[in-house]
Amino acid sequence: MKSFVFPEFQIIRDEAKCGQCRGCERQCAFGAHTYDPVSDRLISDNYKCVGCQRCAVFCPRDAIVVQPNPSFYRSNASWSREKLEDVKRQAETGGVILTGCGNDKSFRIYWDHIVLNASQVTNPSIDPLREPMELRTFLGAKPDLMEFKVNDEEVDIATSVSPNLMVQTPIVFSAMSYGAISYNAFLSLATAASKLGTYFNTGEGGLPREMREKFGKHAIVQVASGRFGIDAEYLNCAAAVEIKVGQGAKPGIGGHLPGEKVSASVSATRMIPVGTDAISPAPHHDIYSIEDLSMLIHAIKEATNYEKPVSVKIAAVHNFAAIAAGIVHAGADIIAIDGLRGGTGAAPKVIRDNVGIPIELAISSLDRRLRQDGIRNRCSIIAAGGIRCSADVIKAIALGADATYIGSAALIAMGCNLCQKCYTGKCNWGICTQDPRLSGRLNVDIASQRLTNLISAWSHEIREMLGGMGINALESLRGNRDHLRGVGLHEWELDVLGIKGAGE
Amino acid sequence: MIQDNEVCLVPISAIARGGLFVGSVEIDAEELQTRELNDRLRKLMLAGERKVIIRNVCGQRYIGTRLYSPERHQMEIEVYGIPGNDLAAFLFGHKVIVHGNAQDGVGNTMDDGEIVVEGRAGDVLGFSMRGGTIYVRDGCGYRTALHMKEYEDKKPVLVIGGTAQDFLGEYMAGGVVILLDLKDQGHKASFIGTGMHGGTIYLRGSVKSSQVGDQVAISPVDESDREVLDHYLSGFIERFPMLGLEKDEILNSSFVKLIPRSKRPYSNLYTY
Repeated sequence: MKSFVFPEFQIIRDEAKCGQCRGCERQCAFGAHTYDPVSDRLISDNYKCVGCQRCAVFCPRDAIVVQPNPSFYRSNASWSREKLEDVKRQAETGGVILTGCGNDKSFRIYWDHIVLNASQVTNPSIDPLREPMELRTFLGAKPDLMEFKVNDEEVDIATSVSPNLMVQTPIVFSAMSYGAISYNAFLSLATAASKLGTYFNTGEGGLPREMREKFGKHAIVQVASGRFGIDAEYLNCAAAVEIKVGQGAKPGIGGHLPGEKVSASVSATRMIPVGTDAISPAPHHDIYSIEDLSMLIHAIKEATNYEKPVSVKIAAVHNFAAIAAGIVHAGADIIAIDGLRGGTGAAPKVIRDNVGIPIELAISSLDRRLRQDGIRNRCSIIAAGGIRCSADVIKAIALGADATYIGSAALIAMGCNLCQKCYTGKCNWGICTQDPRLSGRLNVDIASQRLTNLISAWSHEIREMLGGMGINALESLRGNRDHLRGVGLHEWELDVLGIKGAGE
Repeated sequence: MIQDNEVCLVPISAIARGGLFVGSVEIDAEELQTRELNDRLRKLMLAGERKVIIRNVCGQRYIGTRLYSPERHQMEIEVYGIPGNDLAAFLFGHKVIVHGNAQDGVGNTMDDGEIVVEGRAGDVLGFSMRGGTIYVRDGCGYRTALHMKEYEDKKPVLVIGGTAQDFLGEYMAGGVVILLDLKDQGHKASFIGTGMHGGTIYLRGSVKSSQVGDQVAISPVDESDREVLDHYLSGFIERFPMLGLEKDEILNSSFVKLIPRSKRPYSNLYTY
């Protein structure tokens, strides 16, 4: 059937600069560039271009520009180009529209409507270059009361304390599974996390055996509805275990890792045959209630000898705060909450773009709910979904989070340009693919260095912002909404966020 | 809360097994909470104990779950009474025998080992099981063998003397399930094998196509299937001698086989 969709991008080649080196042809797994030996020219097929910019970045003569295709449908506020083309695609195939990455629609980004405080004259600011600043924090349940024993000069803690994760900076790599992302991308995240004193989340695709000894203590391993690659060794080699209930990009639905991406090594890690779809059902079929969830939380605590904190990850949806309170009562030590803009390797676009609530509102309502119930100390909150910079991190902390998960930002650090074609398995940047030719492009030393640089830079910026507020420890900022003001927000939004308007 | 275990650990006897004398210890679970019972089992495993008998079990959960050790210690646990939910969840190669009924979640995400239930099992039996064998003398509840999966020589097997209720084998991705229906009650479950994309379910007797999911093909058993059935039926008879079963009689009755139509049931769901 002839497709009525015209190309999204236009590839413009400067023929005067092009040296026919065929680099672009080799770089593009989508086949957008081909060499024509008769005319000794490179021909571009706009239809195949996904706008990932790999060819433009790697063209040695800077001869390629990839830009949005200027062809247009008649301007229409209701029928945007995307809406129109989605209808055409579905009319042609009868299929669900898949996409990758996070929600790209114009929902209000609250981070950009919140401003931070700084000290002026009184309560002087602190210079992080001169004075110690504490970004270290602990994730897990804290006791209601601490009792101490004093014997002569010795002071001992008498209360039995739950296991906690010590993070050197409140930034943790979000769940991205081996299978969705390449081995090299996965290994880069693990390497950077162990260098930085933080953690990487394995997602639900298991943890390759050869990585367990070296990187296990920096891994948060996931138990999701597909239960891939899970055995007692996997659970016990990790620093913490996370039960994944929901994901911001696709709340309420499961996932299908297509058979094409289940390579020999992915199959060995997930413990499923090569080439089968790895299907994660929408719910965990052993969890239909808070009581069932409590049972799984405790099964995991039993399986790990009560040595690891157990996290439960849910998507931020309408009544999630009450559910999260139930999850704390069920015994979770950490709640990871993933907002509307959380990313994914593959999700139906209609779900990604229409389900869930923004993380900024979610953090605040969760923190408030847990404090109202008197159980805030019994769990830590990790906020995920749409954290783009150090300012977003510090605002999340001030709204009540204990730490943040970053996914897209980490991928961008490694080279991702958010072309949203993760689900095709043809990622030219070697990140979201299992094709060895493509994944080999991602150099683990370089990618892990880029990740380390990013987190070091953000951590330093967080110290600067904290110092500017006259605060020398991250924990003093947690839930400290006095340091935030809203700009251009409605009263209900200020109420949900629990912050005042600017100037108040 | 790890308690002193001096009082409860009473070596009772040395029993003969395979020509060797192996010691066993006994735990009285009457006054023990789940966590205390499992503390004791773990201590015994780490002390190198090979066989433990637990008496007066009444609802304690996760028996056998906290027995991971990098050295892969192996233990045999005999349970008298009724164990609670998630019996042998994440089981790491041990053997658990229940002299009675079991509740929900038996063998949840089990890795390896063997579970024998001399009675009935509850819901979500063998959920996401990825290795090892479970034998249940009688029937079992809803959602049995959901998302069971296999990888190379790691192939989970579930043999049920009776039949199962709805949602049997949903999303099944590997392994073998055998329902013997020894009392000829007939298989009444619906939604069998919805989303199935691997593994095999053998049913003694028959099943209507309206009872199985769209992704499932019902086919007759062939010679190689008979060999599989023969093998696991022998195992079943060996574990439940009290039933006085005649292997050939059962083997010669009619069986059907349920297999997935595709390894990739949802590959045509999406557009470009």
